[in-house]
Amino acid sequence: MNTRGFAANRVLNGITALAVVLALYLALVYAPPAANLVGAAQIAQRIFYFHVPSAWVGFLAFFVTFVAGIAYLWKGGRQWDVLALSSVEIGLVFTTMVVTTGPLWAKPTWGVWWVWSDPKLSTVAVLWLIYFAYLMLRNTVEDEARRARLAAVLGIVGFLDVPIVFGAVRWWGQSVAHPIVFGTGGLSDSPRMLTAFLFCLGTFTLLYVVLLIRRVRLEGMRHEVERLKSRIASHE
Amino acid sequence: MNLIGFLRKVLAIVHKDIIAELRTKEMLSSMFVFALLVIVIFNFAFELRVANVKQVAPGVLWVTFTFAGMLGLNRSFILEKDKGCLEGLLLAPVDRTVIYFGKMLGNLIFMSVVEAIVLPIFWVLFNPPLFSLALILVIILGTLGFAGVGTLFSAIAVHTRAREVMLPILLFPIVVPLMIAAVKITGGLLDGQLLSAMRNWLNLLVGFDVIFLTVSYMTFDYVVEE
Repeated sequence: MNTRGFAANRVLNGITALAVVLALYLALVYAPPAANLVGAAQIAQRIFYFHVPSAWVGFLAFFVTFVAGIAYLWKGGRQWDVLALSSVEIGLVFTTMVVTTGPLWAKPTWGVWWVWSDPKLSTVAVLWLIYFAYLMLRNTVEDEARRARLAAVLGIVGFLDVPIVFGAVRWWGQSVAHPIVFGTGGLSDSPRMLTAFLFCLGTFTLLYVVLLIRRVRLEGMRHEVERLKSRIASHE
Repeated sequence: MNLIGFLRKVLAIVHKDIIAELRTKEMLSSMFVFALLVIVIFNFAFELRVANVKQVAPGVLWVTFTFAGMLGLNRSFILEKDKGCLEGLLLAPVDRTVIYFGKMLGNLIFMSVVEAIVLPIFWVLFNPPLFSLALILVIILGTLGFAGVGTLFSAIAVHTRAREVMLPILLFPIVVPLMIAAVKITGGLLDGQLLSAMRNWLNLLVGFDVIFLTVSYMTFDYVVEE
């Protein structure tokens, strides 16, 4: 275990922890309340500072799995499979956060918990299902190499489906007003909101990286333990 | 590899599947009965609450096709695996894509047979206002996409512990855009719209088929190799 890498990791973890606390302050206190909303909807708007970055991290995580899947099938090497698995686990957590914070925001703002006709909601729902299925698939295959291959294929096919789902629901056409974030009327009108949002975006990405490093390392340790166990078993 | 040779090998696999099925008729009969039951249950379920059952008709039709298709997809690979035929196919001196297309065509044919029997029953029960030949085209395109991805995923599912249960878990989220497009077009056609008016949905359907057929045949090798 190399200690300099370890120390760098500690520093990164510390920075991330600080960033999360700061992000909380920025989102809940520093950012001004939305001028065009009232009451519960106005307070609920603050969810957006965590909701959108979670969605971004979810997509990023699944993109990483997509690339790792291709790399595994093309070049081989256990590290790609470990990366894919870790990324999906973390991505699924963040996507769960999106699916939970979304309805919490939607009820005060739209009056309903959920609509199917909005492309973003349907895409995230399908995304969640695909990657939950990914983890289920991994759980049901015993052989390591086969598991890695099957999971890689699912990671590739699943990610390719996402833009298609988005396009399909968008053409469906009856999108309820999912707020326009960028452009006029959105964040660019309020520099403080923009700052809070960008900082949260950065924090969540940092959080993703930190969790990914930890998970990959954990998987490496688990593999090492399995290897040592089988060595002991073969000596007896 | 020349096209005729490729086609001949693919058709050999299709031929094998059809002959095997004609002997027992097990898969076709269970698919047909299941589809029938699904349609009847939906009919009951909606008749009691929905004022205009014709609104839900396209959705019911495609859910029926999906569930029956799931049965067919499952059985096609499970039979192979159980009897050791999959190893036999893999040992044959053919490209793995031949196996993929052969299986996919077989699934497409079985699903189409069941759909052809179910469609008149659907007509009797739901009594849609009109029939359009374009409906056949949409059903074929939808079934093609379903069989395309479904064949790949059933090959994946058959290697897991959970087998039949795994296929719908894997397949349903992926075919969501296919279902949306198919139901949309079917609904439009039954309402009397022209196919040309729904061009972008048709493009989505065709696009889905092309993309996922391509990805499926490219990754099939990795799924079946030992």
